[in-house]
Amino acid sequence: MPRDLSIQSVLVIGSGPIVIGQACEFDYSGTQAIKVLKKEGLRVSLVNSNPATIMTDPEYADATYVEPLTPEVLETILERERPDAVLPTVGGQTALNLAVELSRRGVLDRLGIRLIGASRRAVEVGEDRRLFKEAMTRIGLDLPKSGFARSLAEARRVLDLTGLPAVIRPSFTMGGTGGGIVYNAEEFEEAVSRGLDLSPMHEILIEESVVGWKEYELEVMRDRADNFVVICSIENFDPMGIHTGDSVTVAPAQTLTDREYQAMRNASRLIIREVGVETGGSNIQFAVDPRTGRMVVIEMNPRVSRSSALASKATGFPIAKIAALLAIGYHLDEIQNDITRVTPACFEPVLDYVVVKIPRWAFEKFRDASPLLGTQMKSVGEVMAIGRTFKEALQKGLRGLEIGASGFSRSDLDDTRIKEKLLTPDPDRIFYVKRALDLGWAHDEINRMTGIDPWFLDQIQQIVDMETRISNLGGAAPRPPDPPLASRESIPLRSQPAAVATGGASPGGLAAETLRQAKRYGFSDARLAQLAGLGTRESDLRARRIAAGIVPVFKRVDTCAAEFVSHTPYLYSTYESECEAEPTGRRKVMILGSGPNRIGQGIEFDYCCCHASFAFREEGYETIMVNCNPETVSTDYDTSDRLYFEPLTFEDVMNVVELEKPDGVVIQFGGQTPLKLALPLFRAGVNILGTSPDAIDLAEDRKRFSALLRELDIPQPESGTATSLEEAKAVAARIGYPVLVRPSYVLGGRAMAIVYDDKRLEGYVREAVLASPEHPILVDRFLEDAYEVDVDAVGDGERVVIGGVLQHIEEAGVHSGDSAMVLPTYKISAPHLETIRRYTRRLGLALGVRGLMNVQYAIKDDVIYVLEVNPRASRTTPFVSKATGVALAKVAARVMAGRSLADQGLTDDLTVDRFFVKESVFPFLKLTGSDILLGPEMKSTGEVMGISEDFGMAFAKSQSAAGFTIPTSGTVFISVNDFDKKGVLPMARDLRALGFRILATRGTAEFLEEHGVAIETVYKVNEGRPNCVDLIKSGQIDIIFNTPLGLESHYDDGAIRKSATLHGVLVVTTLTAAAATVLAVKALRERSPDVASLQEIHRGVAERA
Amino acid sequence: MRAAAAKAILVLEDGLALEGRSFGRQGETTGEVVFNTALCGYQEVLTDPSYAGQIVTMTYPHIGNYGVNLEDTESVRPQVAGFVVREASTRASSWRASGELHRYLDEAGVVGISEVDTRLLTRHLRTVGAKRGVISTLTADREQLAGQARSSRSMIGLDLAREVTCAEPFRYAVAAAGADPFRVVAYDFGMKQNILRMLAASGCDVTVVPATTPAADVLARDPDGVFLSNGPGDPEPCAYAVEASREIMERRVPLFGICLGHQILGLACGGRTFKLKFGHRGANHPVKNLRTGQVEVTSQNHGFSVDPALFDQPEFELTHLNLNDGTVEGFRHRELPVTSVQYHPEASPGPHDSHYLFADFVQMMRSHRQVRA
Ligand SMILES: Nc1ncnc2c1ncn2[C@@H]1O[C@H](COP(=O)(O)OP(=O)(O)O)[C@@H](O)[C@H]1O
Ligand SMILES: Nc1ncnc2c1ncn2[C@@H]1O[C@H](COP(=O)(O)OP(=O)(O)O)[C@@H](O)[C@H]1O
Ligand SMILES: [Mg+2]
Ligand SMILES: [Mg+2]
Repeated sequence: MPRDLSIQSVLVIGSGPIVIGQACEFDYSGTQAIKVLKKEGLRVSLVNSNPATIMTDPEYADATYVEPLTPEVLETILERERPDAVLPTVGGQTALNLAVELSRRGVLDRLGIRLIGASRRAVEVGEDRRLFKEAMTRIGLDLPKSGFARSLAEARRVLDLTGLPAVIRPSFTMGGTGGGIVYNAEEFEEAVSRGLDLSPMHEILIEESVVGWKEYELEVMRDRADNFVVICSIENFDPMGIHTGDSVTVAPAQTLTDREYQAMRNASRLIIREVGVETGGSNIQFAVDPRTGRMVVIEMNPRVSRSSALASKATGFPIAKIAALLAIGYHLDEIQNDITRVTPACFEPVLDYVVVKIPRWAFEKFRDASPLLGTQMKSVGEVMAIGRTFKEALQKGLRGLEIGASGFSRSDLDDTRIKEKLLTPDPDRIFYVKRALDLGWAHDEINRMTGIDPWFLDQIQQIVDMETRISNLGGAAPRPPDPPLASRESIPLRSQPAAVATGGASPGGLAAETLRQAKRYGFSDARLAQLAGLGTRESDLRARRIAAGIVPVFKRVDTCAAEFVSHTPYLYSTYESECEAEPTGRRKVMILGSGPNRIGQGIEFDYCCCHASFAFREEGYETIMVNCNPETVSTDYDTSDRLYFEPLTFEDVMNVVELEKPDGVVIQFGGQTPLKLALPLFRAGVNILGTSPDAIDLAEDRKRFSALLRELDIPQPESGTATSLEEAKAVAARIGYPVLVRPSYVLGGRAMAIVYDDKRLEGYVREAVLASPEHPILVDRFLEDAYEVDVDAVGDGERVVIGGVLQHIEEAGVHSGDSAMVLPTYKISAPHLETIRRYTRRLGLALGVRGLMNVQYAIKDDVIYVLEVNPRASRTTPFVSKATGVALAKVAARVMAGRSLADQGLTDDLTVDRFFVKESVFPFLKLTGSDILLGPEMKSTGEVMGISEDFGMAFAKSQSAAGFTIPTSGTVFISVNDFDKKGVLPMARDLRALGFRILATRGTAEFLEEHGVAIETVYKVNEGRPNCVDLIKSGQIDIIFNTPLGLESHYDDGAIRKSATLHGVLVVTTLTAAAATVLAVKALRERSPDVASLQEIHRGVAERA
Repeated sequence: MRAAAAKAILVLEDGLALEGRSFGRQGETTGEVVFNTALCGYQEVLTDPSYAGQIVTMTYPHIGNYGVNLEDTESVRPQVAGFVVREASTRASSWRASGELHRYLDEAGVVGISEVDTRLLTRHLRTVGAKRGVISTLTADREQLAGQARSSRSMIGLDLAREVTCAEPFRYAVAAAGADPFRVVAYDFGMKQNILRMLAASGCDVTVVPATTPAADVLARDPDGVFLSNGPGDPEPCAYAVEASREIMERRVPLFGICLGHQILGLACGGRTFKLKFGHRGANHPVKNLRTGQVEVTSQNHGFSVDPALFDQPEFELTHLNLNDGTVEGFRHRELPVTSVQYHPEASPGPHDSHYLFADFVQMMRSHRQVRA
């Protein structure tokens, strides 16, 4: 049956800000869905609070609402748009839950709007574990034994059924928090009481533990005619007990016979039918007992998911796109397979390669959070690698992670902790598994401790054996990794081919045959050099390898294992005999992506890379994307003309360069990852487009940069560089404490700290040196409570145009990636603004910026200091682009393609006609134990945008988009440090005047009362009960103003903030944010939030202009 | 570190030569080189008699991961002429495993080769069509081996059914069969075990007879239905079977054919068969059931196909269509109780979407009984 013509318009719901467990894979699926629905001629409207997404680009949907994802806002939008249907299955659980809520509230019925993709019932059965259990029992499928409990007594009874260990899952907690596995009686008792306490309905599910069983996922699709296909099977390297999102996973399944696989396939078919997903994709998870083969169902997600994005990239089958087509009535056999162009989508892709996904975590930023992995997802990103064998894919994946490992190269493992690391997994586990094999541990033993399948262990054993062979041939013990080529031992900037740059010792006795075998196993040149020893450098090995004619070929991902011709250049490198790349002779540019998402480098950069690709294509270039992050739009084979799914290392990028011979390489849009490659690529003779590598180096090298600023007569916080503790102390003594210390060349403020005295400096230096051995430590004078400003600009060499000046809500010291920001500025004097613009132009011209640049300033005592210049796309590029309606990344790309700004009609700084507030979203809930205090270390995973004519309302909307409701009445709890007491006074007055009840801890209370604000005193945690935390738990507090009371009484406000986070109460930790919050409260009391589509907003600006 | 296996080489009649490592038995073997795209189920593939005379390449790179076991066999021993893989697993992991694949092959005398760029090979076969080839661990002389390949027997006109069929009729134990089971005579042209299992499971008492059994002997057994099995090689030389099927059809005895059986029925119905460029071998082929409109993901293994010209005769109905290349996947006779499918409803390996066809066959026999009664 062709398309259902009763659907002419659709509202697509996005997934909101990037959070752990819901990242840019939903931008990928949503963008695909919108594109194909438009192509089908439907009117598409979209709502998503996340401005960093591609899908919210105004050119995709007809009406794009960057608005809070709340039922109220959605109702308003539905009232305005009156679509025929709502598609909630491409926006993660967020979108599904919203859709269900709208249906519960009768909004959909009232407006006569259909839910497509998944029915309300399907969503409920998928999400509610009780309904799911009933459904599975109906179709006779096995699940872990389980039961619900509302009291400890009941829990004990369920335990008799399940036995220990058992899995505890509190019902309906925020983000499924409070769940976990318990191994003994007391763990059980405490988990139960905590779970009951956390669950809003005081209920928990207790489940038989199947820890250590094999874990599998099937990505399946179904259409209205009940046609059913499995797109991909995924096997978890890390078995049950570690969340699939935190597991190394492999596609296709490796250790299932056809019998077991078909049993799983049949079960999936029954499940998707029973749950009632009529059209679209689902993710179904199974566990299999490795001893008996008993198979149990774990869960099903009736929507596209992180795994379906992975499956799409792994197979070349675009699940979200097809799901959207099914949702509007098509059947699978009516849709064509884009890649073969001759066969229908109604088939099951087959792979002739292996895909490995490895998660990336960010615990270094949450030192007080437990890094142990369990049933709760904690990773913030992932890398995918494709190879002809598991060994090859695994090793490509490891180096793609960008955690400083060129493979199994980590030399910082502690052999005395292997057993512990195997038994209680954390992010290092895979390295310790390999280490255990190095030391000759028996596979059975490792398998007993980890549950990792012997087949996988055998594969890693082969890698170990190869390493031994190489180091023996090399005749030397492996030596620590040599500095990455990115390091700057002030190598002359003359361009010279890699081969010339080499020399030095020959790579041990490495015979060509062994070298070739090793490359087939996926070893990187860097790792081989390290193993070969005898001072071999990566460059030596590379030269030797190429001389020996050992170079990779590229093969295609084609959905069909070569049975049909592929028309899509979606490629991966491998060491085989036949290359299928077929590069063209066209004018071409290569765009380097941003690799795995991490805190500080996420979706914003993928957005920029995609825009660069689109712009260059419009300029008539062939575009070549290189990236290894499966969640992204940039790795959709539809985005660029050619896609190379490769790690972003010098070696892997050069392989593509040498094959494609691009006219230029674009390194400016993928964040720090490609930027780091600028020099090595340049030195290898690669033409870097845009701002010159020298200028990039000038901006990134503190010494050179300070000199430049002096020249340009632009103030900078006094600073110095130190390579040793003594030097650091000397610098600190010179510029005076507090100082801000950090290693050079890192994004996201990693290992950055504000230090108040020599003692802490000592402590820091030890860490920092570990954090980044190849770079010196930077010491800056810390500007205490200064305003901070971010400027995004674009230059073409002659001219610099400022896209936006964003003022941070929080003072300097809170990382620019974490603080809320507002465009335009709301508290900066005109003269200061003028100076900022002047400085920015001066810097842009001095650096000869061709493309994007981001400058951060701090204003203290009427002096404007430059904090840093990033000669590249910034985190705020998409935000500014959405606000102004000018796609800055595209403008920048066109500049690189040779079109001046004047040419593009862009000569004046951009303006906006209302307030756009960016608020950040934090993973504190998922990374339990971590304090929510903000500092120079970036901690946020995502962002939202609040838009309105007045600042207060815009801020209010940003808060609700971030998941906090700002109350218009109720109770405020204030507890601030002495320094802030004066500042908080007017706010307390205002709130009191608005009828709020105000609670405060003793110190704050006394002060406020002295100044005539009526308040009630509450106990601190250690003063008695009921104390403030009790009040938070019992839901008696609506907002909290809590500024840190200094390191000493940390314990108390730590406790306050943690319980508030758990109970979803808004905690404001800086005065400036508190002030904004008060404005928001006022705005909300005057009127209800307004909504507007970006298209309307930009039309307005255009008309005025 | 494991000792690297001996060198081996695969050479095709057109001169394509791929070096690799010996896998399974050392020595030399000749056959038609074909590829199979199934991700798992290599043991079923190896033991499927339809692969007699063929060197099978698995397109999935890791083969042997779960070893071999006693249940997943389609005949008593491996039937392929040779086996080509990218990487042979050195560790079997499965609670059902009874051994390692490379030993299994060695013991069964199957010559194989690993470490080969199987994707290159597959692309080559896709482009130039199925080719004869030789795997050798004895010599690396490409010219000589290419010559051997050229002088080896061609699939076209080759009657392999005769070679793989059973010597004597035998009865398949009827565990699941009910009180009054349907008596089915099954022509064994190289029948897969799972077909027997499926027939029995759907309540049939099966007697398996050799390929060359005359119709008279079959009819003498007064069967409720006759089944024509899958098998290797070219259907055309199987004149004896074509003849027998025609007689049985004329006697209005329900007939059900699979794969080679389907092709033989096609010929018996006055149709023609032709050789496909590189055949269909895998577990992911979409087939549309034209009577229900449903798409089945099917398991396939065939190099020949029934010419659609058959449907110029009004009495024949095309029931199943291959959505990849539009070839004939199944037909029925509008009056007579005759149905057949080109693909493998018994799967093994592959999806179970088409199991219903066995129930249909039983239904056909049931209504036929009523007619007779
Ligand atoms: N009964 C169980 N025993 C052991 N581990 C489990 C069990 N159920 C789930 N897990 C682990 O917890 C992870 C998350 O559970 P799941 O039901 O998939 O919830 P989510 O909705 O967070 O994906 C799974 O990937 C699995 O590793
Ligand atoms: N000298 C300084 N005084 C006060 N705050 C500073 C100073 N330097 C940096 N910061 C704060 O630290 C944050 C991160 O510093 P930045 O130089 O931007 O590092 P990154 O490269 O991680 O963005 C800034 O956003 C700012 O809030
Ligand atoms: Mg899950
Ligand atoms: Mg910064």
